[in-house]
Amino acid sequence: MELKSKIPAGPLEQKWDSHRFNMKLVNPANKRKYHVIVVGAGLAGASAAATMSELGYRVSCFVYHDSPRRAHSIAAQGGINAAKNYQNDGDSVRRLFYDTIKGGDFRAREANVYRLAQVSVNIIDQCVAQGVPFAREYGGLLTNRSFGGAQVSRTFYARGQTGQQLLLGAYQALEKQIGRGAITMHTLTEMLDVVLVDGVARGIVARDLRTGAITTHLADAVVLATGGYGNVFFLSTNAKQSNVTATWRAYKRGAAFANPCFTQIHPTCIPQAGDHQSKLTLMSESLRNDGRCWAPVKKGDTRNPRDIPESERDYFLERKYPSFGNLAPRDIASRAAKEVCDEGRGVGDTGLGVFLDFAEAIKRLGEQAIRERYGNLFEMYERITDENPYQQPMRIYPAVHYTMGGTWVDYNLMSTIPGLHVLGEANFSDHGANRLGASALMQGLADGYFVIPVTIGDYLAQAKLAPVTLEHPEVRAAEAAANERMKRLISIKGKRSADSFHRDLGKVMWDKCGMARNTESLTTAIQEIGALKEEFWRNVSVPGSDADLNQALEKANRVADFMELGELMCRDALEREESCGGHFRTEHQTPDGEALRNDDAFAHVAAWQYQGEGASPARLVEPLTFESVQLSQRSYK
Amino acid sequence: MNTLLTFWRSTIGKKVVMGVTGLIGLGFVIGHMAGNLQAFSGAEKIDAYGALLHGPLHEIVLVARVVLIAAVILHVVAAYQLTMISRAARPIDYAARKPQVSTLASRTLRWGGVLLLVFIVFHILHFTIGSVHPAFVEGKVYQNLASGFEVKWVAVFYLVAMIALGMHLFHGAWSSLRTLGLAQQKTEPLRRYLPIALAVIISSGFAAIPLAFLLGVLK
Amino acid sequence: MNFTLKVWRQASTASTGRLETYAAKNIPSDASFLEMIDIVNMNLEEEGKEPIAFAHDCREGICGSCSMMIDGVAHGPVKGAATCQVHMRTFQDGQEITVEPWRSVAFPVLKDLITDRSALDRIIQSGGYISAPTGGARDANEILIGKEDADAAMDAAVCIGCGACVAACPNGSASLFTAAKLSHLAHLPQGQPERYRRVELMVAQMDEEHFGHCTLFGECQEACPKQISIDVISQMNRDFIVAAATKKPVTASSLGSG
Ligand SMILES: Cc1cc2nc3c(=O)[nH]c(=O)nc-3n(C[C@H](O)[C@H](O)[C@H](O)COP(=O)(O)OP(=O)(O)OC[C@H]3O[C@@H](n4cnc5c(N)ncnc54)[C@H](O)[C@@H]3O)c2cc1C
Ligand code: HEM
Ligand code: HEM
Ligand code: SF4
Ligand code: F3S
Ligand code: FES
Repeated sequence: MELKSKIPAGPLEQKWDSHRFNMKLVNPANKRKYHVIVVGAGLAGASAAATMSELGYRVSCFVYHDSPRRAHSIAAQGGINAAKNYQNDGDSVRRLFYDTIKGGDFRAREANVYRLAQVSVNIIDQCVAQGVPFAREYGGLLTNRSFGGAQVSRTFYARGQTGQQLLLGAYQALEKQIGRGAITMHTLTEMLDVVLVDGVARGIVARDLRTGAITTHLADAVVLATGGYGNVFFLSTNAKQSNVTATWRAYKRGAAFANPCFTQIHPTCIPQAGDHQSKLTLMSESLRNDGRCWAPVKKGDTRNPRDIPESERDYFLERKYPSFGNLAPRDIASRAAKEVCDEGRGVGDTGLGVFLDFAEAIKRLGEQAIRERYGNLFEMYERITDENPYQQPMRIYPAVHYTMGGTWVDYNLMSTIPGLHVLGEANFSDHGANRLGASALMQGLADGYFVIPVTIGDYLAQAKLAPVTLEHPEVRAAEAAANERMKRLISIKGKRSADSFHRDLGKVMWDKCGMARNTESLTTAIQEIGALKEEFWRNVSVPGSDADLNQALEKANRVADFMELGELMCRDALEREESCGGHFRTEHQTPDGEALRNDDAFAHVAAWQYQGEGASPARLVEPLTFESVQLSQRSYK
Repeated sequence: MNTLLTFWRSTIGKKVVMGVTGLIGLGFVIGHMAGNLQAFSGAEKIDAYGALLHGPLHEIVLVARVVLIAAVILHVVAAYQLTMISRAARPIDYAARKPQVSTLASRTLRWGGVLLLVFIVFHILHFTIGSVHPAFVEGKVYQNLASGFEVKWVAVFYLVAMIALGMHLFHGAWSSLRTLGLAQQKTEPLRRYLPIALAVIISSGFAAIPLAFLLGVLK
Repeated sequence: MNFTLKVWRQASTASTGRLETYAAKNIPSDASFLEMIDIVNMNLEEEGKEPIAFAHDCREGICGSCSMMIDGVAHGPVKGAATCQVHMRTFQDGQEITVEPWRSVAFPVLKDLITDRSALDRIIQSGGYISAPTGGARDANEILIGKEDADAAMDAAVCIGCGACVAACPNGSASLFTAAKLSHLAHLPQGQPERYRRVELMVAQMDEEHFGHCTLFGECQEACPKQISIDVISQMNRDFIVAAATKKPVTASSLGSG
């Protein structure tokens, strides 16, 4: 099978414009006749559902949350990028495009990224019109901050709750349409499968989490905006319920899964305290604007950090990357912290941590200024660790945060299954091998507000869809399979909780497919996951019934998919014989320990296609061509 | 009409009515208390005040009565309906429940209100109509007070009612302004000084009279 | 640390529930309240018993999922925190802790500690938005918004929709939630055109969901994990009065897009 990216012809700057002109339109009176299913109501899903409904399509939206407002997007803290150049510091669409391509270590599609940078500007306008209370100057203008990986201030923010405010904006637009009867909302309903009829996506199978009832919903097109899969590591900064089930089931129905091994490890998280820990907490990257990362020069230095003299401190980011310093991109900063800890210079009880110190900024700007900028983050830190960051440096350590990989989509955001579109973190599209800070929110909203509402029309206008009913054999088979899987999980009646399997899986993934990987670690990981999977289907304990609200069953169902995904991630990491962005193969590094890309062999997207149970998946390749940028070794020195 | 009805049907509308009628009540009790305190200046003074109200100011008093009666009715009806709505809002109560910041005054508004209603009815029968008064003489305000409070339990009942009134107003004087959207935004909206002063002044101002008769300061 | 938990167990909305006792043993003091329940649940699952159902997701105080009445206090003893941000070090070793779901007629219990809070969504549906369909927005800097206004809007906009205000309010009132959204939008120039219509619609919906009224007990503000001030309620009432006083007669055209 060939991956057709459908990138429009013409100069980069004009591709999106000319594509919009060339696309087929659906006549306004006919839009009502089309029914679109949107799974997910995070930034991508909520904005897409609201906008498509405003255009006149009939939309049904599904989330496993009890309210669309609880999607994981709500947790994003730091901000959203846009090439507004309000600060007059030399920003432009082209610069945002370039930073993103470079930040992604040249593993993303030029055309997509350029479009993203173009519509970034409209996103801010749209959000402000909806009432998103971005931070402002006294004079009433919007204010910006800088974020890792960029030398301009282009990040818009709403205190430390940018994701929340953006999501509430989209949520309100969504609720408005629900109130008007234009969107049918299904909360506490989890999609279990995509329904294909004659190879085309025509609906979903979903489980009502209140009653356990499994039903099929048919439509003319299906949109998945189901978020990322960072929780394959068990411990991550993602919300506890975030999972891969939707895109994984799509994968098993034929939607190729691209670059699964590209995961982002965020440098500034609160280190793990113990085995009981259920998730990790991110401290916004914005902290690195004023905080300085350091570790003791001596190994095993357990002195109080305040007693360690300047001469015995190693400000390792400033030392290694003098021009970006503490604002080096995430993958680089994370790896630097890991290196320091591997050398035995880590801090805290576990030795897995480095300091993020505000002493100097407090001296320079005063405690009040720091409180104003980061008050809520400091409070959050203190609440969790019981340590006061105004008085002693924070301890931070990298943690899994975002997944660049995801369902492969073309320029129109359609997967390899016709009619199945994928948006937001769930797709693989715009961040290459590493995402820059404040650009996931931008991508989610770009996809939802500005891209899919247009491209879906092009699909619907051309698709020749025969009517289907719930009686169609393919529909019934999908529903039956979903039912059977639930019954099977319940009937195992083993000894171990799904969580305990998830923890084990996470440990394998973190140790062997985490910040550094190699052939050996990845091959053992594949074996270990295989064994774990085998035990799971024999020994998992899922109490209760499937005809009921059953959180143990929900978990088990998700963990089963994570195990399969974990295996594919290792396989992908193994095949990609280079280091790039968040994917660091220890075999491939420069003499000074930086990622060493292999552009001749791997300047491509690897998309995996399911070949059936037991068979190895096929590795499809979409070559990446760079016409506007020069491939170079990423340097932040 | 339609607008009024919609307004009354909503919980905020009813609560606004309570706030307005409560403030009318507050205005009345301030004036009434000031009038009553004339008892300390002697029988002539307060009897003359009574004569003034029933004589030259008769019409004004009539209007005031109508307003007050309407206010009390609206206040009580709204209080009853709102209480029922809010009771129904939590059919199953908590097994454990610890109030954090709500004042005793706010939590006793309803029972305190019932007590006040009983008091008001009794009080009118007592000093205005005289039907529950052992030695009521029309127009002899001071004498009615003196003989009225000779009955110990009546005096004590008045004192208890004034405590209820003080608590009612400690909350009401503060909350009504918020109900009506007139309050200033504050960093600590729960902190209040003026209402304390007001409640103490009003309830002790009223209580002074039965207390004075009880202790023999007034005879 | 060890604790004795009394937890509300209820199989479904229709069934009756009761408090059951569980021992939570060897809990690290660094564990969060939810992690403590995770440990209890893990043991239950391994014994083949149904774990305690509770809502949670972000576990960092922002999604508004978690919702427990802990010893009679909504979201437990830590001020300005959601249940997931409460750590066991704030309790005494050996303590008995009662855990109940939010109690409100508008929040029926779905199972154990999980309630259905969709009434809050319906309040937003009724008018808690600015009508700004995607497309014609003007440049974000074209309308100036002073920092004070933006900050005041944000102070109210931080609501996480957890429903603790309802749970803590002796009247079961959703005033703080409703007023927070109204205050957020009323502080912005973009929110003005629909301002008075919005307050009428949202208050009507709030009543329709059978929430109680506001006596100004102030418990909601104390329970609110985002410490939203009851000042917003005062503002809601003012706008409600202004809306009623300045109401224009309803015409067919004004009903057009409801
Ligand atoms: C702590 C944290 C901070 C972050 N901060 C930033 C930041 O400052 N800037 C930035 O740009 N990015 C940030 N990110 C990344 C960003 O928040 C996410 O990438 C982005 O919000 C994802 O949005 P989404 O709409 O794709 O998915 P989500 O918000 O994850 O939404 C997924 C939706 O899909 C639904 N769903 C999923 N599966 C199913 C199913 N099977 N059935 C039914 N429904 C389903 C869920 O209910 C939910 O509604 C941060 C991420 C984290 C973890
Ligand atoms: C007649 C018997 C009375 C009853 C049954 C009664 C009852 C109540 C109740 C139940 C409330 C609380 C309303 C709520 O739940 O929000 C209340 C509030 C109030 N009451 Fe009364 N009350 C009575 C008399 C009075 C009197 C005599 C006054 C004044 C002197 C008064 C002044 C107020 C005020 C100012 C409020 C506050 C209203 C608000 O917050 O808007 N009440 N009353
Ligand atoms: C201990 C305190 C009080 C004393 C000694 C007192 C005394 C009196 C007296 C002597 C009268 C008759 C006046 C006259 O007919 O000329 C009167 C009337 C009245 N009092 Fe009081 N009073 C007290 C408290 C209150 C309170 C707290 C309220 C209201 C909440 C109240 C409400 C009234 C009313 C409504 C009347 C009737 C007025 C009228 O003629 O229309 N009183 N009071
Ligand atoms: S106002 Fe506070 S308590 Fe109420 S829902 Fe919002 S965040 Fe929760
Ligand atoms: S506790 Fe309840 S009574 Fe009002 S001030 Fe808060 S809603
Ligand atoms: S779990 Fe999200 S707020 Fe507590």
